[in-house]
Parts: sequence; structure tokens; C-alpha cells
Amino acid sequence: MRYLPLSDADRAAMLATIGAASIDDLFADVPDAARLPGPIAGLPLHTGEMAVERALMAMAARNTTASTAPFFVGCGAYKHHVPATVDMVIQRGEFLTAYTPYQPEIAQGTLQVLFEFQTQVARLTGMEVANASMYDGSTAMTEAVFMARRITRRARCLVSAGVHPHYTSVLKTLTRFTGDVVVAATPTLAPGAPGHDLDALIAAIDADTSCVVVQNPNLFGHVADLSPLADACHTAGALLIVVVTEIVSLGAIASPGEMGADIVVGEGQSLGAGLLFGGPYLGLFACREKHVRQMPGRLCGETVDAAGKRGFVLTLSTREQHIRREKATSNICTNSGLIALAFSVHLTLLGETGLRHLAALNHARAVQLADRLGRVPGATLLNGPFFNEFTLDLGREARPVVRRLAERGVLGGVSLGRLWPGERTLASAMIVAVTETATDEDFDAFEDALDAVMEGVNA
Amino acid sequence: MTMNTVGRETRLDIALVPGTGAVAATFTGNRALMLEEPLLFERGAADGSGVDLPPVPPVPGRLGGLARAAPIGLPGLSEPETVRHYTRLSRQNYAIDLGIFPLGSCTMKHNPRLNEKMARLPGFADIHPLQPQSTVQGALALIDRLADWLMKLTGMPAVAMSPKAGAHGELCGMLAIRAALDARGDARRVVLVPESAHGTNPATAAFCGFTVENIPANARGRVDLDAMLARLGPDVAAVMITNPNTCGLFEPDLITISAAVHAAGGYVYCDGANFNAIVGRVRPGDLGVDAMHINLHKTFSTPHGGGGPGSGPVVLSAALAPFAPIPFVRQTAAGTLELVEEDTAGAHAPDSFGRMVAFHGQMGMFVRALAYMMSHGADGLARVAEDAVLNANYVLASLKDIYTAPFANSGPCMHEALFSDDFLEGTGLTTLDLAKALIDEGFHPMTMYFPLVVHGAMLLEPTETESKANLDQLIGAMRHVATQMLANPDAWRQSPHLAPRRRLDETLAARRPVLGWKASAAA
Repeated sequence: MRYLPLSDADRAAMLATIGAASIDDLFADVPDAARLPGPIAGLPLHTGEMAVERALMAMAARNTTASTAPFFVGCGAYKHHVPATVDMVIQRGEFLTAYTPYQPEIAQGTLQVLFEFQTQVARLTGMEVANASMYDGSTAMTEAVFMARRITRRARCLVSAGVHPHYTSVLKTLTRFTGDVVVAATPTLAPGAPGHDLDALIAAIDADTSCVVVQNPNLFGHVADLSPLADACHTAGALLIVVVTEIVSLGAIASPGEMGADIVVGEGQSLGAGLLFGGPYLGLFACREKHVRQMPGRLCGETVDAAGKRGFVLTLSTREQHIRREKATSNICTNSGLIALAFSVHLTLLGETGLRHLAALNHARAVQLADRLGRVPGATLLNGPFFNEFTLDLGREARPVVRRLAERGVLGGVSLGRLWPGERTLASAMIVAVTETATDEDFDAFEDALDAVMEGVNA
Repeated sequence: MTMNTVGRETRLDIALVPGTGAVAATFTGNRALMLEEPLLFERGAADGSGVDLPPVPPVPGRLGGLARAAPIGLPGLSEPETVRHYTRLSRQNYAIDLGIFPLGSCTMKHNPRLNEKMARLPGFADIHPLQPQSTVQGALALIDRLADWLMKLTGMPAVAMSPKAGAHGELCGMLAIRAALDARGDARRVVLVPESAHGTNPATAAFCGFTVENIPANARGRVDLDAMLARLGPDVAAVMITNPNTCGLFEPDLITISAAVHAAGGYVYCDGANFNAIVGRVRPGDLGVDAMHINLHKTFSTPHGGGGPGSGPVVLSAALAPFAPIPFVRQTAAGTLELVEEDTAGAHAPDSFGRMVAFHGQMGMFVRALAYMMSHGADGLARVAEDAVLNANYVLASLKDIYTAPFANSGPCMHEALFSDDFLEGTGLTTLDLAKALIDEGFHPMTMYFPLVVHGAMLLEPTETESKANLDQLIGAMRHVATQMLANPDAWRQSPHLAPRRRLDETLAARRPVLGWKASAAA
């Protein structure tokens, strides 16, 4: 078998060295009740690459890919063009098959990448320090709430209605037994500011509040100035946690750091990762330097070696599970190393100029499409300001519209009914994302299809 | 270092060590193929870029006056400079592709390239998790197929696919246990954990509102059965056990322990990090396990990527299956596949403890793991376990006369061999010194100082993808280094000497953390 280098002669020689008669002898501790007579039933036997390829390619062919249809699906994962260089870099064996850099002398490649990544994320978010990444945006957000509780010693967490409902759901699940009290509201489709609830949040802050969590741009695409909320939090001794699910937005919009955030978490998927049907993605986590010892996740720091040369190491490990065990800041072990590398390479290729250009392009194209679709009979654009994502009120249940658009070959957006099932007030909304990858032909196809579907529903 | 000013002429551009002719220092700081590489922030420029984008249409902005005005501080590089920057950095990394990576508990096996090719098929890579489900039936079929493999390999009736890594999977299993207890109104909160357990175990238990108590090991390195049985009671919610355990030994009493835990009303969580030792030969379901996370990046060959991403699906017993998180894939009456998410949870997963992560799980790792499983098949996977165990026992047998092997007389080890630093006593040298010496020999060292139950632990897991020749080379080097250390300790305190960096000052890094580049701090 192609992945097993041992020959039968090798095995015999090794058994002789060990002093065992057969490999079965090495499994002597397995109780009789757990011994199997042969290969596990119900599973195929080994096969070559060709057969595996054939089977998996057949499965892959049953999916409609984002590049083969006009594509406008967002809500926390975005289709951006990833330069060819990125995938070539992450496929280098020295990056792909390396481990966590616990022996830093022979892992300076990984460590320097993490140091650069941390610097990039801190600057992008307008914060002072960032960690070496987490699983994804949703778990990063949960970790931020835990961190806020450790810092403030309070338990009440207010979550904006504009936060991605998957993220809020994850937070609720993971805080059920930790003593955190999560207060989350249902969004409203307020014209000009869908899902925007800053005033309600400010009014709800009290002496028990550890943090307020808000997403910017929010689920509906709305962009807001969070400074008044930051001020209100700080006056009350609470922390402001800002969630960014579309990291490219930070090439166009003022950073959460500038607006007064204490912790910024986000999803880095837009740069370097690709869509990947939901994973592996990239959790981003950044905060103020004064809180660094309460941060979860891995941290890479600068130091010197015995010859005085600059080098990098994982540091402040006493926060982590392998040292603190049940007193750890988090149970997390892995980061999203390879995806962090992809993010860093993509951002290096863009540079600041390229990122701003990319963001401006996304925004301009989204404005163009928003105005066109807002003129389709029956469809109303709800947003005032937005970046590259906006919400249309279709005046009827949106989920069947999305399905019919798909039948016409257009992947038009996400129906709120999928994310907020059971909320009748939201069922008529569809969220549309536009990136640099959509063409004018895609715009035409979407507008025509939406027109036809809306008319068909009317008739 | 002084220049040679007497005798033969020296070239001005290379400094030579007097008397030997060896190159001491170069102008660039490079040493032939060992290339130094500055930070991106020392190389790039704000206006550097390696991407050509279409022009921005002249559309008035609609950002509500929130345009980002101040410079961000992100340098860019052209494509050639970018490729060179990262290629040079990559060459400062040890990797499985270069040599044996015998980290105990990490299962650093070869990462097949077929996995990478399949994961990049656009049909898997270029699909969005929120596309209408009718457009991604092939992706759902893949998840379903992988779930089937995992259930059959483990003999368990259910599996939660969404956890993003091993520790996340542990959290899933323990949350399911907590949900099951809450569902029957049972307030027991104690979780028993062997003292040799991985740190994530007690950390995870604490997050689910449990309190942790340690169970000692016996003289043979296994869980002390009497101590375990004596401690069981109506306050014990669960036992978290690793099998094979972190000393690399099979827990022969696990069936007995599971039966006793169940009789006492508790659940058995199994840490599946060491599944490589038994995959295809033993099913955890036959050992009475209620929940076990599987590290796809260990047993099933998905790449470690310098620290992640992982994937940690959790197989579940019938008792825990109703509490599994959403979303998961099910077959509809019409024969299509659908994700059970928030909107259908009421009908198909009313007792689910909820959602653990946005979207559906690590699809990229699912494709890789399935390609691997299909390649090996049920027979090949059993062979994987056999060769993994054979390799570890070969290393143990070849080193135990020099290296202290605390459990060498307690029967065969499984897929990893455990040594302690007792044999270095009196030399003043430690496990760390030995590990750093192995670096100069061209190896990544074994796991150091884990498990905590043995002094100066060295946990060595070769995996099944190492040839006998590779093992012989490692054994030879380890025998050589140990022998030399015992004979002449003083010469071995400063390793490594030949790596891209000498020993790094980790104390300084923690005392004065510098976690990002600052312009004013440039040397």
C-alpha cells in the first residue's frame, strides 16, 4: 500500500528485535470481547488513487460551484478572488506538513509568519495586539465574551440584534454552564438601518454588564459609527466587543479600534481561504495591550537566541490548557495556522494600496447592484450606508424566491428565513453580497431572474 | 572576530576564521542555502502590491461618512518578492515532508497529496455553506459518507461532524453529557480524569460546569482500577479516559470501567487522540464508550499546517445521540440530503444542545480524510494501526537499554513509546538538552515533558509511515547522543548549534512580550 513503507521482511526483522512472535502479540492488552475477526464489516477495502478520484469527482460534480453561476451569497463567508500565489505557498511541504512551533529553532518559518500575521491583524482592526488565530469568527466571539468576564468579573453580556445569528447561537450554547448571561434581541428591518440597535444597547447597559457585542457591518450590511456605544460601555465599566465578518470591509471603513473597541474578533475567510463550504476558516482576535495576559489562543512573540540573533517563539503559554489545565483561559489547543498563512500571503500581495482598492471596488459594485435591484417591482432596498452587502425587503416570503432564483441558475442571496426561522417579521428579507468577482453579465442575470421570479409570484 | 592581518592575503568580502579557513561571517548573514529573511514590515512598502485589480467604477460612496482615512500600516510586495519572502521562510521549518517527526500524541504521519488534490476540486472548494441545499447535494453526500465511515470504524451509532478541532470535539462530547444529565434532572457534577490526561480534558470539563478529580495510575502505567471503582458514585457525571493512554499503553480494564460507570449512572468520554494505535482493529463502541472525539489531523492524515486547522468529529452512543449539536446531515423521505439547522431542529433534533460553530464544520478536512479512508480501506486502516504499533515497539526495544523506559516491563506499548530522563541523572542534563541535541542530528525531537506523570517525559510516536531505515537512523542518532551525553555532559548544554537559530530565550519573550512589529523598535 502506497502510504506504508514497511515490507514483510522489515516486519519480521522488527518483530525479532522486539522478541514478539507476531504483531497480534503486541495487541495482547485488547480484551477478547473487543477483538475483531477481520477487517471491519460494511466498509470497502483499499483502493488506488484512480478509483478514489473517480468516486470523489462524481460527488463534487453534483454541486453548483460559485464560479459557474451568478453568485451573491454572503452572510459571514464571501467569495473573493484569491491570487494563484497563495495556494502555491500554502502547499509547500515545509508549511503544509509542519507542526505547531514548539521547537522554535527549527520553526522560524511558521513563527515569523505568525508574527507578521499578528501585526497585520492588529493594524487592520486598529488594535494593539492580535493572537495567532482561532478556529473561526463565531468561536472567537465566544472567547471574547469569556475574556470580558475575566476582566470585568461581571457576567451579563449584551448582544446586538445585528450579529450573525449563528454566532449568537454558538455563544448561547457555549455559555450555558459558565455563568455568563447572554441577552440577545431579535432584529427589526428598520428602513435605512436594518438590524441597527445601538440606542437600545446603550439603554440596556448596567452595572452587571461585562460586555456589549456588536457586528459592523452587521448581518444586514448596515455600517454604523460605534463610538457612542464605546463611550457608554466605558462609562459603565464594560467592554465593547466588535465582530467583523467581512474583513475586506476594513479596507474602506474606519476600524473598530478607532471607534473605541476593546476587543475585535472576526472571520478572516475573505482573504486567502476560499469558500470551502464553511471550513476550515480563520478566527481573528485582537485587543488592547493591557489585556494581553487574558487573551485566549496562541501568541507569537519576539526574542533573541543564544547568539544574539532575533527570533520568534510561542509565548505567554501559562494562559493555555497544557499548563493551566482546568484553570486555563480556554480549552483551545490548535489555531488555524495554514489558513492564517494564506490570509497573510493574500494581504501581503494586496498591500495597503491593493486592499483599499479591493474594498473600494467591492463597495462601488455593491452600490451599483443595490440600486438596480431596489428598482425591481416588489423589492425595496432597506440600507442607508453599507459596504458590500445589503438587504432587500421582497414584500413576501423570501426563501421560496431564493429557491426559484437557484432553479434559474442564479445564487442570489440568503433568505432571512434560513437564519432566523420562525421570525415572521424577517421572513421577507433577502441579504445580497457583491464582491469584485461579479460581472456585469451576472448583474443582468440576477436582475432579470429576480424580476421574473417576483412577477411569477405575483401572478 | 578579528581579521587575519598577518601571513596570507584574505579576501575583503568574506571573513575567515584564522587558521581554519572556515567562513565565519558573510556580508549578507546568509550561509549558502541557509537564508535569513527580514520581516515583511522591513521589506514591503505601503504602495507595494502583487495584485492587478479592475478599476473602481466612479460611484458615489455610501459608507455613511465612515470612510477609513488614516493609514493602516500594511506593507505590500510584488508577486516575485512575495514568493521569495515566503519560500525563504518555509526553508526555516522542519516538516514531515523532510523527515521523521516523532511527536508523541500528535500522529505526524505522511500527508497524502491526493487529499490536497481532492480538497481543491471546485465542487468541494468553491461552494458556499449557505447556498440552497439543492445545489450542494454532493457536499452533503460527502459529509454523510465520512460520517458513515467514522461510525463503522468506531462501532458507534451517531456522530457529530461540526467540531473544528480535537478540543472543540471534547467540548461537544462533554456538552452532550451535560445535556443528557440535565434532561433527566440529574445534578451530578464530578468528572474523573486520570492524572496522565492531556490538559484539554480538565479544561473542557471545567467549561461545562463540572469539577475535576484526578484518578491515579497504577504501577503498570494504566488507570488504577480499584481507585476508579472506589470513587464512582451518584455524584460522578463522567469519566474522561484516553485509550490508548498518554503513556502509550492500552487500558485493558476499559470495558470493566465503562460498565461500572454506566451502572453508577455516569457516562464515559474517550479522548480519541491516540486512535491511530487501534483504528481498524478495535472499536471504541465495543469498549463501552459514550462519546469519543476523533482528530482527523492525527489518525486520518489531514495536514497539521504549522498548528492547524484541525477537525474533531465526535462519535456518540445511543444514549447521547439525541443531544448532538446542530447542524447535521440527514436523509429526507424523498431521498435527498438536508442539513438539520435551526429551522428543522424542532422536528429532527428536539433535544440537541444547540449549535457549536457557525456553518457546518471543516469541509476541507472532511474531503481529505475521506480520500485517505477510501485509499486505505478497512483492511488498510487495520494495517496502519499494526505498523504504527510495530514501529513504536521497535523503537522501544532498540532504546530501552540506554533510555529509561518506565513501562517497558509492563507489556508492549501501543503506537508510542515513553521514556523518562532518569538515565541522565547526575549529568545535570535534561530532556530539553537531549531534544535540542537531536535537532542538530536533523530530527524534530519527540514530545517533551508530557505526560506529566513521568519525570522528564519523552514520548515518541513514529507512526506507520516511517520506513525501517528511517527508524534505524533515528535509533542510531538517539543512541549516539545519549551515549555521548553520559560520557561528556558538559559538551551538551548548548544545543542546537546547527539550526537556523540557537536556543531561543523564552523567558525574555514572556517577561517583555513583543507581539507585533513596531516601527520604532526596528533594530
